[in-house]
Parts: sequence; structure tokens; C-alpha cells
Amino acid sequence: MSTTVKQQLWSEDVPSFREEDLTGDEMILQMGPQHPSTHGVLRVELLTDGEVVKQARPHIGYLHRNFEKHAENVDYPGVIPFADRMDYVGSMANSLTYALTIEKLMGIRVNERVNTIRILVAELQRIASHLLSVGTYGIDIGAFTPFLHCFRDREMVLDLFEWLCGARLLYNFNWIGGVSHDLPEGWVDKCRYFVDQFGHTVDEVDDLLSFNKIFTKRTATVGIIPPELAVSYAISGPNLRGSGIKWDIRKEEPYCGYEKYDFEVPIGTAEHGPIGSCWDRYYVRILEMRESCKIIRQALDRLPEGDVHEHLPKRVKPPQGEAYLRTETPRGELAYYVVSDGSLIPFRVKGRSPCFVHMSLFHEIARGEMIADVVAIIGSLDIVLGEIDR
Amino acid sequence: MITRTRQIEMKILPVISAAVMVGAAGLIGLIAALPAVAGLLSALIDANVPEALRPAVARGLGVAAVVGFLSLFPIFAIWFERKVAAHTQDRLGPMRVGWHGVLQSFADGIKLLFKEDIVPKQGDQILFRLAPYLVVAGTFAAFAVLPWGDGLVVSDLNIGVLYVVAIGSLNTIGILMAGWASNNKYSLFGGMRSAAQLVSYEIPTILTLLVVIVQVGSLNLQDIVLAQQGGLFHWFIFRMFPVNLIAFVVFFICGLAETNRTPFDLPEAESELVAGFHTEYSGMRFAFFFLAEYGAMFLVSGLAVVLFLGGWQGVLSSPPVPGTLLFFAKTMFLVFVQMWLRWTLPRLRVDQLMAMCWKYLIPIAFALLIVAGFLSLPS
Repeated sequence: MSTTVKQQLWSEDVPSFREEDLTGDEMILQMGPQHPSTHGVLRVELLTDGEVVKQARPHIGYLHRNFEKHAENVDYPGVIPFADRMDYVGSMANSLTYALTIEKLMGIRVNERVNTIRILVAELQRIASHLLSVGTYGIDIGAFTPFLHCFRDREMVLDLFEWLCGARLLYNFNWIGGVSHDLPEGWVDKCRYFVDQFGHTVDEVDDLLSFNKIFTKRTATVGIIPPELAVSYAISGPNLRGSGIKWDIRKEEPYCGYEKYDFEVPIGTAEHGPIGSCWDRYYVRILEMRESCKIIRQALDRLPEGDVHEHLPKRVKPPQGEAYLRTETPRGELAYYVVSDGSLIPFRVKGRSPCFVHMSLFHEIARGEMIADVVAIIGSLDIVLGEIDR
Repeated sequence: MITRTRQIEMKILPVISAAVMVGAAGLIGLIAALPAVAGLLSALIDANVPEALRPAVARGLGVAAVVGFLSLFPIFAIWFERKVAAHTQDRLGPMRVGWHGVLQSFADGIKLLFKEDIVPKQGDQILFRLAPYLVVAGTFAAFAVLPWGDGLVVSDLNIGVLYVVAIGSLNTIGILMAGWASNNKYSLFGGMRSAAQLVSYEIPTILTLLVVIVQVGSLNLQDIVLAQQGGLFHWFIFRMFPVNLIAFVVFFICGLAETNRTPFDLPEAESELVAGFHTEYSGMRFAFFFLAEYGAMFLVSGLAVVLFLGGWQGVLSSPPVPGTLLFFAKTMFLVFVQMWLRWTLPRLRVDQLMAMCWKYLIPIAFALLIVAGFLSLPS
């Protein structure tokens, strides 16, 4: 590789604004990487004119941990903890996607109990992740109280996970061909109790935040992603549905037996402003939490008997080949592309992370908004830097 | 295993918190007995001080009382706010230091005292140091005309309302100064937002003040309170319904904006501007901004009480409790409302803030002033 190509690859791909290019009242404002509301170590460079943002350039990479290269140097099960650490508030969904990909590569078909448990934890994780997103979004807009109400209930989900597998954040729960632990005795009742009382929390958040006049005024007219723009940037998850497009991998390409469950795919309603606004994206998450409750109830009702370790392979040594599989994580469409050369360690693991794609759209919707709106937009995209930087 | 310091702490803390509770009870008692104490003090002054010095000594005592109150009040108010916040948010708040954490603010104050005092090298050295004092001075000075009881006021100015409005504006200069001198873009944004906000909201504030003034015919705060004598329905808020009620709401909203409280806390909007104009401040300088904020909260609430809620007048025409206590209780209730709002509402955006002031509050205030003016014409 020649030096110039190398330099091009390694030099910063997004050029910074330069002081000498400024005109009139323009000012460069560095938002991040240590800023309270960039949701992690994101640096956004703003070219401002007073309070108005003329241009915004996100700079990523502060949390780069070499996930994909690491994956090429450990055995197949060893990648699962790394996958957990990609989207660290939605770990269950990440490791589930990876496990499903390897299972597809090896042709393993797990039993119904494993599938049901996986759906249970994935939906609980969706609730926990959306609670975090909704709560911190409240903080971004200036309301502190809903955040703690959300965290109170998120704690309950984490307690359930802790009881299940001993960890509260990074679980290493979805193994290739099964799950690490069967449901402990009494877990089902506790889970049912959580789902039953959870509706009240969502009502509370609706009262405090969703339909608050100030909140809707702040969010319903900013950060508009029109449906065409959303599709052209390959946005997915609640952000895409917020733009009014009904697309959910759980419905389109069901995995783990999602096709047997009865649930709706909520989309943006444009209730308070144009379609695809921050409020629409926010409210899709609220509705999705209610739908997740529905799915959990059904899963708890039909939980079949079985051995969760029944299909664990003795050695994970997939045949030569490749597999690509995508799932609907709390943040959107997460996919893994795994290439196997027939040995014990993967030849290549590529993650297609939703937040990275969402971040690529950021400069389009932040242009011309105000500084406070930039915060609102970042929050409504619900990014996790661990997943963007990998 | 409990360490030695922890053991000492466990022995000392109950004693200190008991002492503080007794002190607080004493303070409330003192507030209740303020007229008697003032009478006693003036008798003492009359007996022992030469006549030429008497006004000066009396003023000095008044100033000492205000400064003493304003140094102690934030300590209580910060604890109170944290408790209000905690219980709104389904948690307990400070619980460890003393009984239900009453000593938490003392601990925080001591921590702030010992913190390193950092002044940005590139910043404006003089203005950076001056700003906190200006902000505090503006708030403290306004307390001079706040009437605590019948005849209980440090300085019975005949232009009291005008004085409060004028001296209260010192705040703006201090905050703008802090924002500029910090040499930080976020601070500058905070300072600029604050200046724009305070200057705009001053207009509806003054207009609603005028609504009351045209009814009383005096700028003296004592006169305004005396005009509300005779029980609950003589308070201005219930008179000339609904003009004064709306005026009270407008005044209170503007008060929130002038003290930079949520939903108008844009100058220090944490999620946007890190900490706004006091981003670069640490230690006692930061604590001074805090002192001023809580002082201003009390001032705005006190002013609202004086203007609309009868000041030290009771619900009955001759209340069984001392007027000073009534004034304090009413003011604390409004302070509580401010805290309640802060922990419930989100924050407005800059343009929405301005739109609210110029499009709604100012026209409403003007209309109220005209109506009140017509209705109080001598027929």
C-alpha cells in the first residue's frame, strides 16, 4: 500500500472547520467529547452564528476498541463478550445477533425453550434500553425527573437479568446453540409482576414528558427526517419508524420465532408536527415499550419445557463459508457478517451497527437548527458510542 | 469494620444535627419574635448609644441581620431543594450527614471552601474575580427594603419598588461579566442568553408591579402591605378579580425567568451549555453564585408575597401568629413552588423564551395595567 493511500485511510476523514474560513459572526463550538449530552464520547463540531448552527460535523472514534480485529484472534464463543460490549445498554440483543449468525453458519436449530427465553430477554432488554433512551432524552430537554422514574424501572429489568445470569450490564448470556442459564425458579412470576406494573411507569412518563406542552414544542418541529431521506440513508429501527415507514425485522425476516407472536409495529404519527420529528422518534420508543410488554406476556404464557443446553456444540468449528444475519435491536437493524475458513477462529467478523448509520445522517438534520436542538437531535437518534466506534 | 474517623463521625453527627435543629427552631422563633427583638435592640441603642450615632448603628444592625439571614438561608434552601427534588423523583436525597441529611449543605460548603480556586489563565483576571461579588451584592442589597413586619425593614425607602428593580439588575451585569471573563465559549453563550433573558423579562415584571402600584399609589413596600390590611380578601391577588390574579401569575413567571430557574434556566442549561456562565468557576466563587441564586429565589418570592399575598398580613384581619412568621411562611411556600416547577418541567428554547415574553407576557401585562389603571381612577 502506498503512503498516500495509507495517509488517506488513516487521516481524519472529516476535516475540521478552520478559524481563517470564518466570516462575520461565525464561531466554532466544540461540543464534546466531554459534554454532558452527547451521550458518550462523541465530538460534534458546530459552526454557529449566534444560537443558530450553520453546520455540524460529528467526529467519532473516541471509543474505538478494535472489536472486529479482536474477533479475528479469538475462538467463536470468545467473540460473544466483545459483542456484548458493542452496544453496552443493549447487550442481550448484540450477543443474540452474533449467536444467531454462528448458528446459521453451523446449521444449528435450537429448541423452543431457548427461542422463547431469547425473545424474553431480548424484549426485556428493549424495554431497558428504551427506558434509558427516553429518560436521558428528558434530561436533554431539561426535565430531570422522568429520568429517575425510568431508571427505577430499568433497575428492575437489570435485577431480573442479574438473577438470571449474574450480570447487570454485560451478560454473556446468549451462547452459540443455547443460553448460559435456564430461568431460575420464581423468575417467571417476578417477570410477570414487572410487566404488569410497568404500564404505570409508561403512563407516568406520558404525563410528565410526552405530552408536556414545553416538551412537544421543543421536539415536534426539529430534527425532521422525511421518509425519503430516511430510506436513502438506510436508517432503521425506531428512527425509521418515526419517519412513518413500517419496517421491523421482527416482522419482515422473523428470527427466534417472532412470527408466532402478536404485536404491532408502531410508527410516527406526526401528532404535533411534521412526520419524522424528534417527538415522533421519541414516541415510537414509548409505544414500542408497550408492545414489548405484550410480547413478554405471550412468551411467559407459552414458555415450553426443555433443556437450554441441549444444542450446545462441543467445539464451535463452523464449516467453510459465510453467513449474514440481521435482527431488530433496540436501536435498529444490527447485522453480523461472519466468514469462516473452517478453523476454530473466525476469519472475519463484520458488524453493521445501526447507530453508525444514524450518525451519518446527523449533519443533514442538524443544519440550520439551534444549539439546543442539536442536543435534542442527538438524543432522539438514541446513539450509543460503543456501537458506533466498535 | 468501622474506622476510627467513622466512629467519631457517628458520635459527633447526632450532636451537631441536634444543635442545628435547635438552631433552626431558634431561628424560626427569632423570626416570630423579630418585632420584640427589634424593640429590645432599639431600647438598648437608645440607652447606650449617643444620639448622633443611633441611625448608623441601627442601619448597621439591619445590614448584619440581612447578611446573616442570607448566609444561612441558602444552606437550608439547598438542603430543602434536594429533598424536594428527591421526593419528586421517588428517592430519598441526602440522608447520611445528620438527621435526614440536614448537615449535607454544611459539608458541601466546607468542601467548597477547601477547593482550589481556579482562574482561567486566558480569562479577564479582574472581571472574573469581580463577577461573583456583583451578583451577590445585587441580590443582598435588594433585601434592604423587603418588609418583614410592621415597621420591620432595614431601610424604609419611599421608592422601594423602583430600588428593588434597579438594584436587581446588577445581577445581569455580574452574569454577563462572568460569561465574558471566563474566556469560554459556553460561558459566553450563557452570559449572552442571560443578558437577553433578564432584560426582556424585566419589562413584564415592571408592568405587573405597576398594576399594584396604580392601586396603592405608592412605591413604598410598607405602604403596599398596609393597603392589604383586613384579611384574606383584601390581599391584592383577590381584588379586582381577575386582573390581579393574572398579574400575579405573570409576575411569578417573570420571577422564575429573572432567577434563572427552570423552565427558564437557559443561562446554565446543563445539557446544552455544560454549566453556562459559571462553567469555569470553582470553590467559593462558585458558591457565591449559588448563594445569589437562592437569595434571589427568596427575594422574588418575598416580593410576590408583599405585592399580591398580603406581605405580613394574615388570613384573618387580626392574626394570632406574628406577622414576620406569616411573611416567612408565605415566602417559603412560593420558594417551594419554584422548586416544584423546576423538578417537573422541561426547559424552553431561546427563541421560544423570547416569543413567550414579547408575544404573550408583555401584551398581557400592558392590558392588565390599562384595566387596573381605569378601574382605580377616582370616580
